[in-house]
Amino acid sequence: MGSTGGAPGIARGSNQHKGDVLLGVENVSLRFGGVKAITDVSFDIRKGEIRAIIGPNGAGKTSMLNVINGFYNPQEGRITFRGKTRARMRPSVAAAQGIARTFQNVALFKGMSTLDNIMTGRTLKMHSGFFWQLLRHGPALREEIEHRRFVEEIIDFLEIEAIRKTPVGRLPYGLQKRVELGRALAMEPELLLLDEPMAGMNLEEKEDMCRFILDVNNQFGTTIALIEHDIGVVMDLSDRIVVLEYGRKIADGSPDEVKNNQKVIDAYLGVAH
Amino acid sequence: MFYREAGQFKTNYADDMAIFPILQDKIGVAVIIAIAFIAVPLFGNSFFISAVMIPFLVYALATVGLNLLTGYTGLLSLGTAGFMGVGAFACYKLTTAFPGVNIIVWILISGFFSAAVGVFFGLPSLRIKGFYLAVTTLAAQFFLQWCFVRIPWLTNNNVSGAIEVPTRTLFGFAITGPNALPEVRYLVVLSIVTVMTLAAAHLVHGRIGRMWMAVRDMDIAAELMGIKLLQTKLLSFAVSSFYAGVAGALMVFLYLGSAEPDVFSIHISFLILFMVIIGGLGSLIGSFMGAAFIYILPIVLRYLPESLGFSVSPATVEHVNHMVIGALIIFFLIVEPHGLARLWQTAKQKLRTWPFPY
Ligand SMILES: Nc1ncnc2c1ncn2[C@@H]1O[C@H](COP(=O)(O)OP(=O)(O)O)[C@@H](O)[C@H]1O
Ligand SMILES: [Mg+2]
Repeated sequence: MGSTGGAPGIARGSNQHKGDVLLGVENVSLRFGGVKAITDVSFDIRKGEIRAIIGPNGAGKTSMLNVINGFYNPQEGRITFRGKTRARMRPSVAAAQGIARTFQNVALFKGMSTLDNIMTGRTLKMHSGFFWQLLRHGPALREEIEHRRFVEEIIDFLEIEAIRKTPVGRLPYGLQKRVELGRALAMEPELLLLDEPMAGMNLEEKEDMCRFILDVNNQFGTTIALIEHDIGVVMDLSDRIVVLEYGRKIADGSPDEVKNNQKVIDAYLGVAH
Repeated sequence: MFYREAGQFKTNYADDMAIFPILQDKIGVAVIIAIAFIAVPLFGNSFFISAVMIPFLVYALATVGLNLLTGYTGLLSLGTAGFMGVGAFACYKLTTAFPGVNIIVWILISGFFSAAVGVFFGLPSLRIKGFYLAVTTLAAQFFLQWCFVRIPWLTNNNVSGAIEVPTRTLFGFAITGPNALPEVRYLVVLSIVTVMTLAAAHLVHGRIGRMWMAVRDMDIAAELMGIKLLQTKLLSFAVSSFYAGVAGALMVFLYLGSAEPDVFSIHISFLILFMVIIGGLGSLIGSFMGAAFIYILPIVLRYLPESLGFSVSPATVEHVNHMVIGALIIFFLIVEPHGLARLWQTAKQKLRTWPFPY
């Protein structure tokens, strides 16, 4: 992503290496009243990998991401991120620790331009004080320019130059998903959670999105947790796959292992749903 | 044809990020500022200056303030007049207790008092939104209004229960009180409003403005970017109420000259909300358009028939005025929530591409 500003996703001074466990999920259970969304699920995500989470609708995939980034607090179990274990946390704290995500149903800031949406992803990295902001001078202006430059690199990377100033509410769905990825990348996350980034896209858009995900992972070393329904895409992209069904983990392993797992085959070939 | 950015290439981000990136806009704003600072005081008669321009500017400032809260942060408030009142009474107490300090200083400092009150009444905004938040701000409005009427200490135990603005000077000119010239008062108001509007423009174009809009558009995602919702909302309440407080102090000290406690009634809160809606939610220029429209329309309606030789009773004018404003509010709420500002944008867009439809 060019020479300036550092690439998104470059590990920020952590002493972890590719292959170490970045995120550990241990015996997590999550209930909504009587509904058991997740039951006793454990798995881990290693630094630098693309980890897919798959399963039929209602399996608890989105809930899992919500637990990981602090939206939901599980009734049981623990989450360990970058060596720190926690029971409860706020999403804004998860953000500060380096977890970014996109949503299953695009959650962009509809009234703001593409540029402003992605700039908002830089919020935590901007520090100039209120009074400088009032003047838009000195540190405030310098910081604004510096981060604008960084954001422009993301815009180039995602090939969305032409819609820079367009309010995102007016963009087609496929582009909105791309902008949302850009906003997450602007946070330079260590762990990027993507909830069905290709849902509702046509073939060409899907191919573009696959390319972006691979590039983010390869070039910047960003660890990615990916929820996706397109099995072909999942098999191609991911290093390891967790399979959930009815809130339980039914399989975990490399694409080949998962592909040949009888429980997975049953779940996907639609045995009694 | 004449209004377009073609040929105006930005060679660096600083230029592209300017508040008015297009040259014609820069010129337009410069012309408006020049007219406001030079032509109006030179050529305007004293009725126009003191009964039209000064109150228009004061309302515009309050509208900018409410727009920061409602238009940019998405938090509805019906307490604007109450917060204005806090500014006015704070200013009165301060300048009578410490007459030696310049009144401009006190006007600005009184903004901090209403900011504090605004933050207090903004605290419930973490838990409640929309209609229910509007109701708590309504409670603030009535509580503050009650204080203004019931606490004689606020008016230094004046038997009439009103604020009487004392004479205060700046560089030897009287700027408040009965001897202050309209032109002088106008220039003071204009300067404060200009500087504060510029500051608001800076805020909304930077990190803080983006945080506000993010909270407005999708608070869940905002939190995920590391934005702390309560702090962001309270900052918006603080800044917005600061603007209201300064507007309130200006209203009493530089426009009315004296004020009954019921000046800051719910009626004013609604008026300013209408200015925000008609001008355009989330637009500073729109705030001025809305204030001009709602404040100046009745004046035009009142004097236009007369100057054309018709005689229309004031009651009729009043009714027509209410009908027009009411219809416009419904129109804008349904058809164009971005108000006059968006109509203006669309017109500019048409100009940019003229004579082609796209
Ligand atoms: N906020 C919620 N309140 C109540 N039930 C929920 C909530 N979120 C998810 N669920 C339930 O949890 C289960 C898992 O949902 P979800 O995680 O969205 O599945 P997936 O993303 O795999 O399709 C579903 O039965 C869903 O109805
Ligand atoms: Mg889901």
